[in-house]
Amino acid sequence: MLVIEGLLKRYPDGFEALKGVDVTIEDGELVALIGPSGAGKSTLIRCVNRLVEPTEGTIELNELELTTLNRAGLRRARRRMAMIFQNYALVERLTVMENVLSGRLGSVGFFKSLFRRFPQDDVDNAFALLEKVGLEGLHDRRADALSGGQQQRVGIARALMQDPDILLVDEPTASLDPRTARQVMGLLADLCEEHGLAAIINIHDVPLARDYTDRILGLKAGELVFDGPPEELTDDVLPEIYGGEDWSKEPSEDDEEEEDIRSSGQFLAEEVL
Amino acid sequence: MPVEQREDTVVWRRRDKRQAVIHWFVTLGIAAVVLWCFKLIADDTTWEFVWSAPEQGADLAIRMFLPEWFVDIPQLWRDGELWVHVAEYFRQRGLYAMELWDPLVDTIHIATLGTVLGVMIASPLAFLAARNTTPSTTFVRPIALALLVTSRSVNSLIWALLLVVIIGPGMLAGIIAIALRSVGFCGKLLYEAIEEIDENTRDAVKSTGASGMQVLTFGVIPQIAPAFAGISIYRWDINIREATILGLVGAGGIGMALQSAIDTLAWGQVSVIFLAILATVVLSEWVSAKARAAVT
Ligand SMILES: Nc1ncnc2c1ncn2[C@@H]1O[C@H](COP(=O)(O)OP(=O)(O)OP(=O)(O)O)[C@@H](O)[C@H]1O
Ligand SMILES: [Mg+2]
Repeated sequence: MLVIEGLLKRYPDGFEALKGVDVTIEDGELVALIGPSGAGKSTLIRCVNRLVEPTEGTIELNELELTTLNRAGLRRARRRMAMIFQNYALVERLTVMENVLSGRLGSVGFFKSLFRRFPQDDVDNAFALLEKVGLEGLHDRRADALSGGQQQRVGIARALMQDPDILLVDEPTASLDPRTARQVMGLLADLCEEHGLAAIINIHDVPLARDYTDRILGLKAGELVFDGPPEELTDDVLPEIYGGEDWSKEPSEDDEEEEDIRSSGQFLAEEVL
Repeated sequence: MPVEQREDTVVWRRRDKRQAVIHWFVTLGIAAVVLWCFKLIADDTTWEFVWSAPEQGADLAIRMFLPEWFVDIPQLWRDGELWVHVAEYFRQRGLYAMELWDPLVDTIHIATLGTVLGVMIASPLAFLAARNTTPSTTFVRPIALALLVTSRSVNSLIWALLLVVIIGPGMLAGIIAIALRSVGFCGKLLYEAIEEIDENTRDAVKSTGASGMQVLTFGVIPQIAPAFAGISIYRWDINIREATILGLVGAGGIGMALQSAIDTLAWGQVSVIFLAILATVVLSEWVSAKARAAVT
């Protein structure tokens, strides 16, 4: 169980990206975190594993307070939380296998990892996971020789390799085509259910969030403005999160463009006269 | 504002009127400075020496490459003795070239060992100097940067001069001189490469609970490995060239042979040394280009 209370993050330039967020995530719960760009979604999940240092508030994972941990404690706690990134963040010049095994770095000594002497159990587990994410036989391929969808699968395998309690997922599908995006979300959801994992998934694709998660959090300008099951996230609620009005129609980019052209046309006409 | 209204068309110019005037004056100013510098240099030059330069150059080239019997060629040809002289000319030079083999190998050793030593010192310094890996930006980083700048701002010939005084003439002084100069060069390029790594990848390794050293070996070093190899090979290639002159101040290698040949006015030998250096440099550049293409 992840309990976040009064989480505030102030960046060195004084900007408050999170303004006191309270949220509790139960074991095995699949949560989507939505909100406009700059709302603080990445900041929130990075505060959990302290890639970003929280300024105020508490974060407890299974009763362990994370914000006050020392270095060694933090390393140990990070093993319990695995992160998945939008741009995969694989070590591109290493092989698929090395990338997957790097999920065990928290549990394997320095020299063992340097010479790639990972325990046999880990290697067995890595092969099993590669099969599970559909990358059987690709273990010797260099990571940068994979397609985006395949790289994200490696990212997922690396995360699961940690055998974590919770997944922190930052826009897993933003760089993928719609069909691959669905496959990857489906895979994530299945794996979470199978391993009884909780997950926080930052995502911009609202329909995808509705389809695959149990609960949706809406973040706006550093504050939680929505928390409920997918059914409650209706088109009337979306403006509250994203701003704007017209949500019954598809995104209003075209309208804006039209407006721009119209106003600039007016400007020209005035100039000429 | 570079957009201008002219009748009913909107004209876009690179600069507006004010900017254009400023631009014009700045250009004029720069031209004036250049002319003024040229005059300073001209006043400081002994032009007689410059005018006689082609003559002197030709004279030196003749002493280097043409044998004493050059003027007698028609006579020697008629006597049928020309080929004897030609053969003797190349035999002497060939013999001398063989004598150069050892100093040439020394030169390559100096360059190679100097590069290895330099890179070994530069690597940890680069990690201390890179903004994203330094343990402290306020204390350690400035020191590392200062060391790199010091190393870079002193030419290896000057390092060699100092070292010959300190540890005596010979190859060791040359090796250390090359190493000290290489530290700054490799360190700077390396820390720039480190600062350009993908931080996401590093974060990903960190978030597995990896230790600091593991983050370095998994998250950082694979990303800079090609740059590291490329920089080292590039510097080795430069060092071959630098090592050829270190002997002038007594730090070993082919430069020492060059020095003694010039001291004894043996211009024929000087020409052979030049050719040997040229061949070595061309070869090392070729090796370096091939090797760098292979690692990236
Ligand atoms: N290192 C930083 N220093 C200062 N401000 C930052 C820093 N990182 C992020 N911010 C600011 O914090 C706010 C939240 O950023 P964050 O990356 O968490 O947004 P996000 O919700 O993930 O957006 P997106 O959907 O575009 O990824 C933004 O306004 C951003 O400009
Ligand atoms: Mg983000």
